[in-house]
Amino acid sequence: MVNQKQAKVVVVTSGKGGVGKTTSTAALGAALARDGHKVAVVDFDIGLRNLDLMMGAERRVIYDLINVIQGNANLSQALIRDKRLDNLYLLPASQTRDKNALTEKGVAQVMSDLRKKFDWVICDSPAGIERGAVLAMKHADLAIIIANPEISSVRDSDRIIGLLDAKTERAKKGQEVEKHLLITRFDTTRAGTGEMLEIDDVSDILSIPLLGVVPESKDVLSASNLGVPITLCDADSAPARAYIDSARRLCGEEIPLILPEEKKGFFAQWFGGKAA
Amino acid sequence: MSILSLFGRKKSAPVARERLQVILAHERASTGRSELISRMRQDIVAVIARHVGIKSEDVSVKINRRDAVFILRIDMDMPSTAIESPPGDAARHSF
Repeated sequence: MVNQKQAKVVVVTSGKGGVGKTTSTAALGAALARDGHKVAVVDFDIGLRNLDLMMGAERRVIYDLINVIQGNANLSQALIRDKRLDNLYLLPASQTRDKNALTEKGVAQVMSDLRKKFDWVICDSPAGIERGAVLAMKHADLAIIIANPEISSVRDSDRIIGLLDAKTERAKKGQEVEKHLLITRFDTTRAGTGEMLEIDDVSDILSIPLLGVVPESKDVLSASNLGVPITLCDADSAPARAYIDSARRLCGEEIPLILPEEKKGFFAQWFGGKAA
Repeated sequence: MSILSLFGRKKSAPVARERLQVILAHERASTGRSELISRMRQDIVAVIARHVGIKSEDVSVKINRRDAVFILRIDMDMPSTAIESPPGDAARHSF
C-alpha cells in the first residue's frame, strides 16, 4: 500500500491514579494534531473510560476497543473523529466490567493496525500495575510518565519505570522504551517556599529526562468541564503552553523549559498567589 | 525554635525528598529494578552471538525469587542453522 504510515506508539502512564494521565493524553494528542500530525488517542481504562469525556465525545461513542478486539466492529467504525480537528481520532474504552475482554492478541492486532493509519498513537493507561496497565504499555515505543511533585506519585512512577523495563515488547527484544517525565500540577510558589518537591528533586530521583512541567491551574478543570482538551480550549493558558511545548519536544524540537507561571493579578503577584 | 516555626510553616519538601530517596533505594534493591536484567541480558547475548548465530529476541533472561534464593534463568531458542553455520564460519568456509 502506498503512503502507509508508521506511527510512534506512546503510553501515558503513572501508576498512581488522579495525577493527570487522561487530561495529559487529551492535551498532548490535541497539541500534536494542531501541529498537523495524524493522531489517535486510545483509552485503555476498561470499565472506567473517561478519555471520551475529556475529548467531548461521550455522546458519539458507538463502538469501542473491546468491540474491535472481539470482531463486532472494525477499527474504522470505532474510531471517532474529533469535531474540531479532522486529523485527531479517539478510540474509546469499553464500559464492560469484564477486564479479561482485553486480550493480549487483540491488543497486538489493534495496535498494529493503528500504526499503519496514524503518525502518533497515544495510549491512556489505567492506574495501577495490573493487566490493563501492562497491556497499555506493551506495544509502546515511548512512555510518558506523569508525576505530581508529591511522594506517593513519585514512588509509584518509579515502579512503573521498572515495569516498562520488564514488560514491554521492546524490553523483551532487548531494546529500550524511551521514557519521558511530565510533571503535572506543579506549583512554582509552593516549591519556591520549600513546601513542594522541586522539579529537579523529582527528575533526579526518577532519573529519566524531563519532557515538561505543567503548572497547577484552574484552566485545566474548566477545559474538562467543557470537554475540550486544554490545548484547544485555551491555547494561551499556562498549562496549554506547557503541553504544546512538551508535544513539540516529543517530536524532537529543542525548546528551552521555562517554568510556567499562571497569569496573576496584582494582589496575587504581591502576596505570592496565596492571597484569598 | 527557628524563625520559620514562628510562621507556623516548616520546609517540608526536603523531608519528602529524603524519605523518597530512602524508600526507593530499598524498593529498587528488593524488586531488582530490571535494569540489571537488561544489562546482563545484553552481555549474555553478546557472548553467545560471538559463537552461534542468534538474534537478541531469541534469548530470555529472568530472575525468579524462591524464598531466600534468587534463580537466574536463561532460555534461548537456538535454530539448528545457528549451530551448523556460526557467524564467522561462513567467511572461513568460503575460501
